[in-house]
Amino acid sequence: MLGYLLRRVAATLPAVAVVAVLVFLLLRITPGDPAAILAGDAASPEQIARIRENLGLNEPLLVQFFIWLKQIASGDLGESFYFKIRVVDLIAQRLEPTLSLALLTIVVAVLVSVPLGTLAAWRFGGWLDRSLMGFSVMGFSVPVFVLAYILIWLLSVKLGWFPVQGFKRLSDGFGPFLYHLILPAVTLSVIYIALIARVTRASVLEALGEDYIRTARAKGLRESQVLVRHALANAAIPIVTVVGIGVALLIGGVVVTESVYAIPGLGRLTVDAVLARDFPTIQGLILFFSLLYVFVNLLVDLSYVVFDPRIRY
Amino acid sequence: MLNNTNTDGGGFGAPPAASDTGCAGGQNRSAQRSRLSQAGGWLKGKAAVVSMAGLALAACALTLPAVVKAQEKVLNVVPHSNLAILDPIWTTAYMSRNHGYMIYDTLFGTDAKNEVKPQMVETWLVSADRKVWEFKLRDGLEFHDGNPVTSEDVIASLNRWGKRDAMGVAMYSFVDRLETISVNRFRIVFKEPCGFVLEALGKPSSNVPFIMPKRIADTDPFKQIAEHIGSGPYTFKADEFKPGDKAVYLKFRNYKPRPEPASGTAGSKEVFVDRVVWNLALRDGQAGLSALIKGEVDILEQVAFDLYESATKESAISVLKPTIGLQYMCRFNHLHPPFNKPEVRRAALASFSQEAFLRAQVGVKELYKPCPSMFTCGTPYGSAIGTDVQSKSNMKLAQELLKKSGYDGTPVVVMKPTDLMSITKLPDVAAQLMRQAGFKVDLQAMDWQTLVSRRAKKDAPAQGGWNMFCTAWVSPDIWSPINNAALDSRGEKSGWFGWGEDAKLEELRAQFLRATDDEGKKKLAEQIQSRAFEVATHAPVGEFVQPVGLRKNITGLNVSGLANIYWGIRKD
Repeated sequence: MLGYLLRRVAATLPAVAVVAVLVFLLLRITPGDPAAILAGDAASPEQIARIRENLGLNEPLLVQFFIWLKQIASGDLGESFYFKIRVVDLIAQRLEPTLSLALLTIVVAVLVSVPLGTLAAWRFGGWLDRSLMGFSVMGFSVPVFVLAYILIWLLSVKLGWFPVQGFKRLSDGFGPFLYHLILPAVTLSVIYIALIARVTRASVLEALGEDYIRTARAKGLRESQVLVRHALANAAIPIVTVVGIGVALLIGGVVVTESVYAIPGLGRLTVDAVLARDFPTIQGLILFFSLLYVFVNLLVDLSYVVFDPRIRY
Repeated sequence: MLNNTNTDGGGFGAPPAASDTGCAGGQNRSAQRSRLSQAGGWLKGKAAVVSMAGLALAACALTLPAVVKAQEKVLNVVPHSNLAILDPIWTTAYMSRNHGYMIYDTLFGTDAKNEVKPQMVETWLVSADRKVWEFKLRDGLEFHDGNPVTSEDVIASLNRWGKRDAMGVAMYSFVDRLETISVNRFRIVFKEPCGFVLEALGKPSSNVPFIMPKRIADTDPFKQIAEHIGSGPYTFKADEFKPGDKAVYLKFRNYKPRPEPASGTAGSKEVFVDRVVWNLALRDGQAGLSALIKGEVDILEQVAFDLYESATKESAISVLKPTIGLQYMCRFNHLHPPFNKPEVRRAALASFSQEAFLRAQVGVKELYKPCPSMFTCGTPYGSAIGTDVQSKSNMKLAQELLKKSGYDGTPVVVMKPTDLMSITKLPDVAAQLMRQAGFKVDLQAMDWQTLVSRRAKKDAPAQGGWNMFCTAWVSPDIWSPINNAALDSRGEKSGWFGWGEDAKLEELRAQFLRATDDEGKKKLAEQIQSRAFEVATHAPVGEFVQPVGLRKNITGLNVSGLANIYWGIRKD
């Protein structure tokens, strides 16, 4: 297991290095001058040139790249052009809202979708199954912002049950933290409920056709035991994979939800950084997201051992 | 010009009234049920009501801590954009300017009648030859760190501003030296009489000559300041500042407001709230309005045009229209064909019916008005003199002018920012009108930041340059021939994109800089405008106001339109 872990970690290094080089180069060939953006609309070309020089953007590309590599090697992602804050600190500031939202969303999605998907498979072709399939289509189709506006109008503005917007940190208390997070998490979970429920349904359906299910039933086990201990447990690997990918996607890309609910997270930071051509922040974020993907995938792979005893690393 | 928190009122810090949370007694529960039934008949079944009630109970349990939180007067504001740069001299971004008004003070201010009034200055004297100006600061001015404001601080601040701001640079071209006379008196000695000293020192928009402590003002003007201490009505809570999340300001208890009533950026800057929180995370217009209606925020700096009508129907909020607005402008690139010829530019100008731009971009009749003046209608230099080519524009005239100009069919590259809703439709209208006039138009879509970078390029359009872009300016940034960047006609030496060149216009502007009497200035401004239309430096394409939304319990908001400022506001 340890050997596998080390091999996997070692294998991530070239991948991250390639991502780093690509991001660095792509940003430099993308149209847009950070200095012109920072200077404001009324700045003269001379003023923009001075700012460009101060940011080190006049240095040859290779020099800029090696400066950045040197910074990364020392654990420093540099300083944001736009926010004038160390990128590491910027990411740290925004990590809690995004991580909280992502985890709560996945928890809500798993708690709803796995039982639904399992029941739909059990009652394949019945009203529950058909309803779930219908809901899945709707869940995939309704844009997140539309759903968000409807929920805000109904549950916040009309009924006053939840705040329209904002985020409270865990340090402000668990109550306020959860209260502000429920509506965004519910909004965001709809698409994941649809996705995970469909995957669960398909996997459980496949498992239910296996011989060991017939054996379990022949042994006289209750249907709930057959479903949970035999069918669902054996169908877990694809579900865990989808959940893992979902977590990684949520951490990197909940821009719309963060915007509508005013959650100061990583998605919004990424958009702001891209719009401002804030090279150090974009580079730092992409590196962070790459490492996160690798880490989550590693966790998912390791979790297979738990769900399938035949797998050994 | 475009630059494009959870708040403590967001449910916990300053919670909504109990009835709003749905956690009150029987009467409120009854109101709750009534609201439930008003929700459009969405929740018909018992099961739905029961599950909703369950959610409500959970929400009640979670909100309980909010009720016991101590109350302080917190003003929750949703600004029009994010605040990232905290140095209002380093950038011209309006958010940085507004931040500047919170924590810094100015020597002079501009009142609601657009007249310059003393602010930190108590008295001033001008020598007979108008070359020496002496200023005395008010007593009791104090920085947030407890140090008194001295003339050394003022001189250092002006010196830094004079290296960055267009009007500051213009004023400093007249300056011989600045001298300290005493702790609270200083002198500016000019090489020759300068006609806009007070206008420059009291200018309300970017870059505003804010006064900082000398140790901060001594920072290289091309590097951002690292400390944020001023002598203005609010102190900045640097430890609570999170760009993209929130900026917090506290009432500066030692601030000594002027006795005159607040007006524009002048007069009393008395503060009636303890704390102002700028919600920098809430940038969705619809969600912002919902938060305002629900009472989670007190002021929404920009109510989107498409939400204006529904906002005005909400009983809990007011929607105000600023007195002075903004101007939409389309700028020609004078360096490259076809707009290197004034005749071609005039043809485009003649095709630009302002109503078409305004109807497409703003859409709400009461929020816009056509105005051909380059200096904003209703301001001292706003007039219709020399504007015939546009004020009486029509397509036939445009077609004739284009035919006479010898236009050879060179495509006009118009840059369209797709992500900036406030101006995104202007290029479409410009392109369509020019096509009707006979131009061949290449409308290129891009994001605003790409546009900002590309417009700085002097290359030919085929090599990545451009022919035209449209933008918007707040009135104070264009209402004078000195700071109206599009009138700078020094060619490639010109400070602003488009690089217009016209010796006669520059001569008139030079005279304006030296004019010292109001009547003479007005006449020169008229001549400058006439000449600018003659050579078609740019095209003003209409004016509009950006409505502000606020809760009914908020009074005293300054809607002069000069800047977004937050003193004089009461929250009942």
